[in-house]
Amino acid sequence: MDLSIAALLAQDGVTNGAIYALLALALVLVFTVTRVIWVPAGEFVAYGTLTLAGLQLGKPPGTVGLLVGLAIVAGAVEAVATLRRREYARLPLRLALWVGVPVLIAALVWWAAPRQFPLAVQVVLTVAAVTAMGPLQYRIVFQPIADASVLVLLIVSVAVHLALTGLGLWFFGAEGSRTPAFSSASLQWGELTFSAQSLLVVLTSIVLIAALRLFFGKTLYGKALRATAVNRVGARLVGISPGLAGSLTFALAALLCAFSGVLIGPITTVYYDSGFLVSLKGFVGAIIGGLVSYPLAAAGAVLVGLLESYSSFWASAFKEVIVFTLIIPVLLWRSLTTRHHDEDA
Amino acid sequence: MTPQSRPAAPAPALEVQSLSVAYGKVPALRDISLRVEAGSIVTVIGPNGAGKTTLLGAIAGLLPSRGGIRCLGASAAPWSVEQRVARGLVLVPEKRELFTSMSVADNLQLGAFARRRDRGARTTLAEVYARFPQLAERRDQLAGTLSGGERQMLALGRALMARPSLLLLDEPSLGLAPLIVRKIFSIVGELRQAGVAVLLVEQNARAALQLADYGYVLETGECALEGPASELASNPRVVASYLGRAGRPAA
Ligand SMILES: Nc1ncnc2c1ncn2[C@@H]1O[C@H](COP(=O)(O)OP(=O)(O)O)[C@@H](O)[C@H]1O
Ligand SMILES: [Mg+2]
Repeated sequence: MDLSIAALLAQDGVTNGAIYALLALALVLVFTVTRVIWVPAGEFVAYGTLTLAGLQLGKPPGTVGLLVGLAIVAGAVEAVATLRRREYARLPLRLALWVGVPVLIAALVWWAAPRQFPLAVQVVLTVAAVTAMGPLQYRIVFQPIADASVLVLLIVSVAVHLALTGLGLWFFGAEGSRTPAFSSASLQWGELTFSAQSLLVVLTSIVLIAALRLFFGKTLYGKALRATAVNRVGARLVGISPGLAGSLTFALAALLCAFSGVLIGPITTVYYDSGFLVSLKGFVGAIIGGLVSYPLAAAGAVLVGLLESYSSFWASAFKEVIVFTLIIPVLLWRSLTTRHHDEDA
Repeated sequence: MTPQSRPAAPAPALEVQSLSVAYGKVPALRDISLRVEAGSIVTVIGPNGAGKTTLLGAIAGLLPSRGGIRCLGASAAPWSVEQRVARGLVLVPEKRELFTSMSVADNLQLGAFARRRDRGARTTLAEVYARFPQLAERRDQLAGTLSGGERQMLALGRALMARPSLLLLDEPSLGLAPLIVRKIFSIVGELRQAGVAVLLVEQNARAALQLADYGYVLETGECALEGPASELASNPRVVASYLGRAGRPAA
């Protein structure tokens, strides 16, 4: 292997790693705030790619039906909860929020599909539609069992993953989609060639991570999510409701997944069930950060990308094996270096 | 309910009627009734394990309970913890429950989360810093690096950021040096002057009875005695059980 091949592999690895990093951050965010190990993250990635692919083909993506369906179920769940608490006056506003907003987004996507808007508009619509599914999924599944143990939450999470994969097949069909590259230009820098596509992916990830950092560091709601992650009881005692924190968390996580889906579209063909493997790589990155550290999770995800890229060159048949075997020494190292604490401490 | 009767008897800040709480099948509180008038300090004293923390937890909405809890005349039963905070019912818990990996300033800012839509948070922050100059000095320090006394000040300051009308304090003197205890208690006295009602749970019965207007003695989940604080302080039973030793050793 000469330098130019090594550099090419590194570029590939970092590009994929940047996408995995978004997933790793989403997983850390969801786990620290809600204690859910978010297995269905991958489905949101696949929905992202498939939504954008549908918009580019000019036909309404399955997202429209899925979003409306989820909104109706979430609306029913919210209505029952509201009526049980006899908060009749709040019902219209809550229904507008849980049903009205998602249906509006779905209608917009449906309306925009045949009109072939520019790529940027299609990306915005895609991200909006997939982001809206995050809180809906939380409201339907995770909020009602928010106080359950981590194990119960994990089991439910696996069930949601299976259900969303099935729904993906139903709404998007079995064919895979690959979106065209955002740019075919390439930059020459000495001996090395960078594709503009790769640079765009890495840049987008960096911008998103920086925005996330700003959100957590500077805004009241960002701080409220951190507070919930640090001390659940303390957060409730200052008036941060677990429902608000959970909805916001899943909206952010779904947004990150939607961007991963958009960015990965030109790199690989995505089927309704492709997301799982992608999110598993983000998960390995997140585990390197112990599911709690954002910088370590992002760095771990880039490491996963690099490892995958180089192992596909040397032993392409064992690419996935090598990547997922990495988790064993990492877990060993973590269990030796971190002290355990009670989950509800 | 007639218009004339209203000014004569303002609704108490808190009214608890035959409250019972159980952990699973084990009862922790039986049939507790108590009142905190607006702008007064009421203390609940009692030995370890009597159910004092349980009582405050139930009032704050952290624990499910049977019986009535009325806050400023309205039933608090349907309200979640967060809704109670938004209505001015704020708990400073025994374990403080600070956001340890966040700065002092962030902890205080989050204290006003429930009133994020009103503009007064900045003034309240200035008031809290004026009350606790030590917090102002350490505003950029992580809460987890504070000393015990500073942590308690931060917990109190964070609660004040919510502009409580009823403050529930769970053993504010626990583990603190006498000088800091005195400072905390004098601040609680100032809060009464500012119109805040306080329900103060203490093992340090001497200090609590000196400060409070009215008191209850809680023993194994039941109310054993109640009365004006000065009467309780001279009650032979209270003296024998709670005031006999010259204060508790600092934990
Ligand atoms: N989480 C809990 N689960 C079961 N029992 C509890 C729990 N918390 C407190 N208790 C029991 O309830 C009783 C009252 O406890 P607590 O309210 O903490 O008393 P205090 O604050 O007066 O020391 C004690 O017997 C204690 O063992
Ligand atoms: Mg206690």
